[in-house]
Amino acid sequence: MSTYAPYRRPLSTWWWLRKRSYFLFVMRELSSIFVAWFVVFLLVMITAVGRGRSSYETFLDFASSPAVVVINVVAAAFLVLHVVTWFALTPQAMVIQVGGRRVPGAAILASQYVGLAVVSAFVVWLVTR
Amino acid sequence: MDDNITMRVTRWRPDKSSPPGPAEYEVPLRKEWTVLDGLNHIKDQLDQTLAFRWSCRMGICGSCGMNVNGEPRLSCGAFLSDYAPGPVDVEPLANFPIVRDLVIDMSDFMEKLPQVKPWIIRDDDVTAVDGEYLQTPEELDAYKQFSMCINCMLCYAACPVYGLDPDFIGPAAIALAERYDLDSRDGGARERLDVLIEHEGVWGCTFVGECTRVCPKHVDPAAAIQRYKVKAATQSVKAFLLPRGRR
Repeated sequence: MSTYAPYRRPLSTWWWLRKRSYFLFVMRELSSIFVAWFVVFLLVMITAVGRGRSSYETFLDFASSPAVVVINVVAAAFLVLHVVTWFALTPQAMVIQVGGRRVPGAAILASQYVGLAVVSAFVVWLVTR
Repeated sequence: MDDNITMRVTRWRPDKSSPPGPAEYEVPLRKEWTVLDGLNHIKDQLDQTLAFRWSCRMGICGSCGMNVNGEPRLSCGAFLSDYAPGPVDVEPLANFPIVRDLVIDMSDFMEKLPQVKPWIIRDDDVTAVDGEYLQTPEELDAYKQFSMCINCMLCYAACPVYGLDPDFIGPAAIALAERYDLDSRDGGARERLDVLIEHEGVWGCTFVGECTRVCPKHVDPAAAIQRYKVKAATQSVKAFLLPRGRR
């Protein structure tokens, strides 16, 4: 039997650029930072609202500054990526049986988008009524 | 169609200090020839020192996994004509140490596999004399997909998590754990969960999904892992809510 050590190949720092799927995966991992950014943004807004009119107007000035708008546009794009990929993965993770038959993946996928639409419509109604 | 195609095959000799590098071989390009046929042609006609694993030539044994043009494939199922005009790169499976040329060292997997106890575990003392365990077609369907695994290691080669963290137990081992968990004759789910609930178990997985994409037997290890996460999470919540309850 050979006593030679096997050769371990080093992993390139840029392994995630080698394949589209690896790149998308790393972008999805990165999107969690932008999800966190929106949470903080929302909390800061609520705090400003709670402190009264002048505080809220200061927040609005901050929110409409070009840098923050750019960050929010980028963050929104990452959020869309996060939602779309997350929804797309759900049918693989969930096995739902109804009446002894497995619910098809397309139905699970569609129900998530319906749920998203309903919640979004409710929020729009709440804000604009 | 050209008469020949160039195969760029990774060569490495353990007794030489030089790192692995490609060697080029011209092989006949025939409609029915696979990458494995090309390698056998090289070994028979051009360079008999080339080392690679193969056995059945029909996608059953799981021996001939290699990275073909960067994608983990069974070389017996990858047709040369699909890579024409070439050259076609043939490398050892990614994420594994190289023993020689295209032969990888899979002892890491062989150590991990028994940890998930991929066999039927029973509480009772039923022996063969008492008769067989009966199972309905529906009960068979519940786990059949996960039982198709041939341990070819393509999923490990495709998994960037395993590449970055070799402690991760990996797709095939978890799919096989799920195969026995879903078996109506088995009662070992609890024992397997104890192993898989650890960080190196299911939680190492970040759902890249490449394992499922490259699997030649359509086992869908990614699905098995996500279902295990649901099980592990449910168990953790139960343990938190009912700390004194029977787990």
